[in-house]
Amino acid sequence: MPVKMTVNGKPVAIEATPDTPLLWALRDILHLHGTKYGCGIGMCGACTVHLNGQAVRSCQTTIAEAAGKRITTIEGLSPDGSHPVQVAWREVDVPQCGYCQAGQIMSAASLLAKTPRPTEQQILDAMDGNLCRCGTYVRIHEAVKKAATMTPEPRKSTSQVKKG
Amino acid sequence: MEMNRRDFLKATALVGGGMLLGLFPGSAIEAAVKQGQRQSPPSPNAYIRIAPDGTVTIFSARPEIGQGVKTMMPMLIAEELDVPWKSVKVEQAEMDSGKYGFQFTGGSFGTPGSWEPLRRVGAAGRMMLIAAAAQTWGVPAAECHTEAGKVFHGSSNRSIGYGELAAKAAQLPPPDPATLKLKDPKDYKIIGKSAPGVDVPDIVTGKQVYGIDVQLPGMLYAVFHKCPVFGGKVVKANLDAIKKQPGVRHAFIVEGQLGNDTVVADDPGLEPGIAIVADTWWQAQTARKALEVTWDEGRWATQDSADFNKRAAELSKQAPARTLGKEGDASAALSKATKVVEGAYSYPFIAHAPLEPQGCTSHFKDGKLEIWTTSQIPQGGRGMVAKSLGIPENVITIHMIRAGGAFGRRLYNDYMVESAWIAKQVNAPVKLLWSREDDMTHSFYRPGGYQYLKGGLDASGKIVAWQNHLVSYGDGDKFAPWAGMSPGEFPAKFVPNIAMQSSVLPLGAKTGALRAPGSNVYAFVVQSFIDELAHAAGKDPVDFRREILSSGPQDNRGMNAARMRAVLDLVAEKSGWGKRTLPKGRALGVAFHFSHQGYFAEVAEVSVTTKKEVKVHKVWVAGDVGSQIINPGAAENMVQGSIVDGMSELMAQEITFKKGRVEQTNYHEHMMLTMSQTPQIETHFLKSNNSPTGLGEPAMPPILPAICNAIFAATGDRVRALPLAKSGYSWA
Repeated sequence: MPVKMTVNGKPVAIEATPDTPLLWALRDILHLHGTKYGCGIGMCGACTVHLNGQAVRSCQTTIAEAAGKRITTIEGLSPDGSHPVQVAWREVDVPQCGYCQAGQIMSAASLLAKTPRPTEQQILDAMDGNLCRCGTYVRIHEAVKKAATMTPEPRKSTSQVKKG
Repeated sequence: MEMNRRDFLKATALVGGGMLLGLFPGSAIEAAVKQGQRQSPPSPNAYIRIAPDGTVTIFSARPEIGQGVKTMMPMLIAEELDVPWKSVKVEQAEMDSGKYGFQFTGGSFGTPGSWEPLRRVGAAGRMMLIAAAAQTWGVPAAECHTEAGKVFHGSSNRSIGYGELAAKAAQLPPPDPATLKLKDPKDYKIIGKSAPGVDVPDIVTGKQVYGIDVQLPGMLYAVFHKCPVFGGKVVKANLDAIKKQPGVRHAFIVEGQLGNDTVVADDPGLEPGIAIVADTWWQAQTARKALEVTWDEGRWATQDSADFNKRAAELSKQAPARTLGKEGDASAALSKATKVVEGAYSYPFIAHAPLEPQGCTSHFKDGKLEIWTTSQIPQGGRGMVAKSLGIPENVITIHMIRAGGAFGRRLYNDYMVESAWIAKQVNAPVKLLWSREDDMTHSFYRPGGYQYLKGGLDASGKIVAWQNHLVSYGDGDKFAPWAGMSPGEFPAKFVPNIAMQSSVLPLGAKTGALRAPGSNVYAFVVQSFIDELAHAAGKDPVDFRREILSSGPQDNRGMNAARMRAVLDLVAEKSGWGKRTLPKGRALGVAFHFSHQGYFAEVAEVSVTTKKEVKVHKVWVAGDVGSQIINPGAAENMVQGSIVDGMSELMAQEITFKKGRVEQTNYHEHMMLTMSQTPQIETHFLKSNNSPTGLGEPAMPPILPAICNAIFAATGDRVRALPLAKSGYSWA
């Protein structure tokens, strides 16, 4: 029985055993390669996607757990790279190798969808589980703050959450 | 780097107009001709392609691992070609020794190796385009100038775009690259201005292809299961059961080709293991859990880190096996010294663990092998694959793919050879991907080691003797890769009586270069011990270092004392050294280090709680990497990353061996720094009158001792063993 869910707004049916991690279904079956494998134990955050608008580690989420839900990956965050977090990441020129950045961006987008004006502590709490081996944290932090200035106020952000 | 006199430029017309302009590395051509691969000069090196519509494409020849060469190198060409940066497209070049010479990333060589030649390529293109315009108009070239991708003739108020001129320019003889006139730096429009990474738009939208993302029609996925003990061989495995697992297409033993050397080489040969190939990587990885393997674990099966510590302590009490370097008579000077300070330092093995695990995609078809790799040294990898498989190099095509970090790990092409072996047995393209556990337990580790120091001070508090007994790994006169010590390292040439000595322990593990190899341990040891001597002499740590740097070499063959003194002064000034009163438990620490031609001095402001919780509040960095920071934004990013990387190594990273096995398997046991632990970092570049040098490495080494010296100043506790966590420290 294929497992059905919505990925980036499109219904999909995945032919794989239900305990397959969402990460590997996205990467090797749907060929959405933006979501990255880093540790496989939920330690690094490179595989972060949104599940019904919530940031989750896709390496620790089975496709059975994702069944019937709305998944957003980095490819679906915006149609054209215009999400405030993506814009801020470009303007601040965050990446070095860039491998962790999809996960960083998905964590930041999830934070700002719920908390458009995060405090310093809220930023650290939301982002501390996303590791960057190149050490671009200073710029990630700056970009999250910049994205917050471009993020609409809470009322408008509700619709963003729905879009996931 | 100066232009090689054998290098030359060549222009070629493009079908439909336009031109290609390239710089041929003469040495590579000679080598190719000698090997009989080519009878005539190779096809033109496509550094620059100017299309008839004026589009300028610049090809970046070196591997991009996150260090920013794919942006920096084209900036050099575009500056001298005189085209707007916005109009330039950058493409990753394929691997081609004939066109691009040695395509290598490491040793912070990207900048010094590109600075002269790439600017000259750009300048040559500009000169040819001017000549083409001058011919078109029938005016002297000297009356023409360029701006923003066009040639102008001022007096007649005419202009032509590069695209229209390209076809004609391609017919002209290129100038001798050594005679070109380069821009005055004050006229730079691109160099020295921050340019965002050219791949950033694709990275933030998930479109960027990394090694792990290579996708080919009909591709299968592989894991390669090796013995947890280095050198172990497969005796038998339940391959028939594995082949019945869901999605599994192939399961087979790879015999391996490990040598039998007493010191594990940086290319020890293919390690034995079991390949499992499936329809998806998760299926291959899942099938692996059902593996039952009988290993012959070989001679390293009892290797244990506790034994290393014990043996090193014993060796430290014995006469060193070798003298690596000697100036004056350290032993006599120590016996005459007013004060003698001793310090036993140690540091662990650590893994590179780039966030993208090792992996490689290969396709073997009709006797030809195609490889997609993130290697830092793809030519070296091709040679290893050819040798291992017994096929000629010229049947192997290499595609260079952006790497998700490297830090030296991708200088070792073991996974490339494994991938090629698996592909040779499977009639389809195969993507080999290591799990994080594979990576952590089969790295080319930064070798651990022990350094036993003695320093002698005279009555005035000046260092008169320095003795360092390194206990490291190797056999006889041979060190394990990167386990040695250079006798020329500071403080050689700065202290009159020096003895650099060594003894070695046997080691059954792969070791290799990790970012700032050698320096990443040496700076910790030397700059901590200098601090010990400063306190023993009753002197301020910055003043004590200034005194050391007041004499010593003043040229750039090794560490130039004046350049280091200048960055030390700058960082002291910026950090308010000696001018600020800090609360109890909070202090500044300083360190400097010279590596990869770069001069860095750093100050850390640190507080430590009674529970040994460490908070690094701020770090000041002063660096001298020459006259020009090519891409300032990227340079600052690289310095900040270096500080973060150094702090990760400092606190919690350690690889240990038990029963021959590496005990750490994933990031939770080999932690890197997080955002909340990251300090404020203030970076200052001191522009000196020296040719620009690289930044991938030299900013990293001083941060470890700077923080350790601050911990001492704050608490009186001298940390002599890394990582700090071993002594009960944690991040606040």
